[in-house]
Amino acid sequence: MTSTATTEAAASPIPKTRRRRSATHFDANPAKAGWLVKSILIVLCLLWLIPLIGTFITSFRTVDAAANTGWWSVIVHPSTLSSLTLQNYKTALGGSTDMGAAFVNSLAITLPATFIPLLIASWAAYAFTFLQFRGRNFLFLFIVSMLVVPNYVAFIPILKLYKNLGINGTFPAAWLFHIGFGLSLAIYILRNYMSTLPKTVIESAKMDGASNYQTFYRLVLPMSVPAIAAFAIFQFLWVWNDLLVALVFIGPGANQPVTVALTQLKGQLGQGWELTTAGGFITLILPVVVFLVLQRYFVRGLTSGAVKG
Amino acid sequence: MLVKALTAVITVAAGIGAAFVLYWILNWISEHIPGDWGRRIQPYLFILPALAAIVVYTVYPAVLTVINSFKDNFSRHWIGLANYRALFGSDAFRSTLFNTLLWILIVPAACIIMGLTVAVLADRLGPRGEKTTKTIIFLPMAVSLVGAATVWRFIYDAEPKGSTQIGLLNAIGSIFHKGPVAWLDTSTFRLNSLLLMVILLWAQVGFSMVLLSAAIKSVPTDTIEAARIDGASERQIFARVVVPQIRGTIVTIFITVTITVMKIFDVVYVTTGGAFNTDVLGNQFWTQISTYFNYGAASAIVVIFMIAVIPVMWYQVKHFQTEEAT
Repeated sequence: MTSTATTEAAASPIPKTRRRRSATHFDANPAKAGWLVKSILIVLCLLWLIPLIGTFITSFRTVDAAANTGWWSVIVHPSTLSSLTLQNYKTALGGSTDMGAAFVNSLAITLPATFIPLLIASWAAYAFTFLQFRGRNFLFLFIVSMLVVPNYVAFIPILKLYKNLGINGTFPAAWLFHIGFGLSLAIYILRNYMSTLPKTVIESAKMDGASNYQTFYRLVLPMSVPAIAAFAIFQFLWVWNDLLVALVFIGPGANQPVTVALTQLKGQLGQGWELTTAGGFITLILPVVVFLVLQRYFVRGLTSGAVKG
Repeated sequence: MLVKALTAVITVAAGIGAAFVLYWILNWISEHIPGDWGRRIQPYLFILPALAAIVVYTVYPAVLTVINSFKDNFSRHWIGLANYRALFGSDAFRSTLFNTLLWILIVPAACIIMGLTVAVLADRLGPRGEKTTKTIIFLPMAVSLVGAATVWRFIYDAEPKGSTQIGLLNAIGSIFHKGPVAWLDTSTFRLNSLLLMVILLWAQVGFSMVLLSAAIKSVPTDTIEAARIDGASERQIFARVVVPQIRGTIVTIFITVTITVMKIFDVVYVTTGGAFNTDVLGNQFWTQISTYFNYGAASAIVVIFMIAVIPVMWYQVKHFQTEEAT
């Protein structure tokens, strides 16, 4: 406790209140936030939330209201609250750009792209961490260097490859691509984590005659769950929020995910404020919930030092 | 719809099942190869599927892309450097390059400064206040950039003069009788590009804040104590003791955000579509393949990406090697 408090104190560039307490004082926080720090943070938080609040309110407003008055008029004139409606969500979910179907499409792309690479990457990470073989360092450096390669390199050649295979426009076209580009990060995160596992446990399992196959499934995989969860959340948000891969390999149409559907809503209706906002919220509700519930794991994934291209 | 949902679930189950079977077979092979060989090739067999996927999706396309960049729009005939000459010869493309460069110069630095500020200030709140603040700033990380661009229209929108402004900036302006400004159409001093960068910052500052906050908290207390005993001010301690110790984290964030910015596409595509002098490389790539069907020029753009990423790749490998050595 004490050490954190002093670190916090020292980390503050503008010490507002300079109450020098002794560092060993229980729960000492020599640089507690003054009114200035608090108000700066409150203003920042408000600035960060305003775009989301505006969108949220507009998504419940009627066409006329959204086009003719700002969303804040709902707050300024609370009497208009009664005019709020769920109609936009109904239209967005059931209209010509079917956000409901797009939501299911997004799941059909995101779930395989998130879960399938886990086992493949875990096996590779296991070999890189616990097995000795020639070229191990070189192969791992190769994977580290692949981390930063932007996915742009693959679009055209893979598009042609898919054309020959006849799978353009299908879900596997998108999720296979995401797997190909997610694997290097998955191996990197998992290997970093596995190398912190106690070597003695694994060695004693080997002594007792356990094969690599058994050690992997009985010991290493269960012990690596935090890192697996971290990557899974990472990949889930990444794939769910992707627009370009979906545009290139699936495009608008029956199989479009929510991100593509959202751009379609905008294109079709021009100034269709109220529909794009409802569509926007349908797009972001699942990642935001996943994110808020599993935030801890996500932060752990980030702090494992991963850089993704 | 139900069919699709079921297909998704079945795909996941089948995919994972297939992976289990694959590794069972690979293990079986390694155990049934006579002598020492089985044990020796086992590690390679465990790595093989992952490596194969990475080669198919990264190495093979990269090689092909370099080759295609020297061929015509449908990659049939060799045309030498014509794609590059056409790109660099056009004013529009030079402006695109300049915009991308501006993004790269401004966004990562701004992201780190803002992230550091929030991390340091939030540290001084109580535990609950700190958690709430961080969650709010971090939240946009979960929002897609398409969503973010949609959300930000409520800030930047401009209606014709005389009608009620429904964009926040112009509504505030109209209170002071300042005429509506078409924010995203105004390329004077690249104002519109800067405003689009704000959208990306909104989405990325949380990322930088979370990493920096974790790094600051892990700075050893005794180094700070020692500086304090020596009479250093809090400001000096921050600049000379804390910052040098979180340098690694700062560099990691810098690289990650730089790569994100280099590839920026969604924000520009959804808001201006690259019009009004806001085009960037990522959007230009998409325009080349979707509007002009010019795979040669698009490949040349990707080669520019690849060249830009080589130093980052080199640094990444060095960084990894030093971390492994310690």
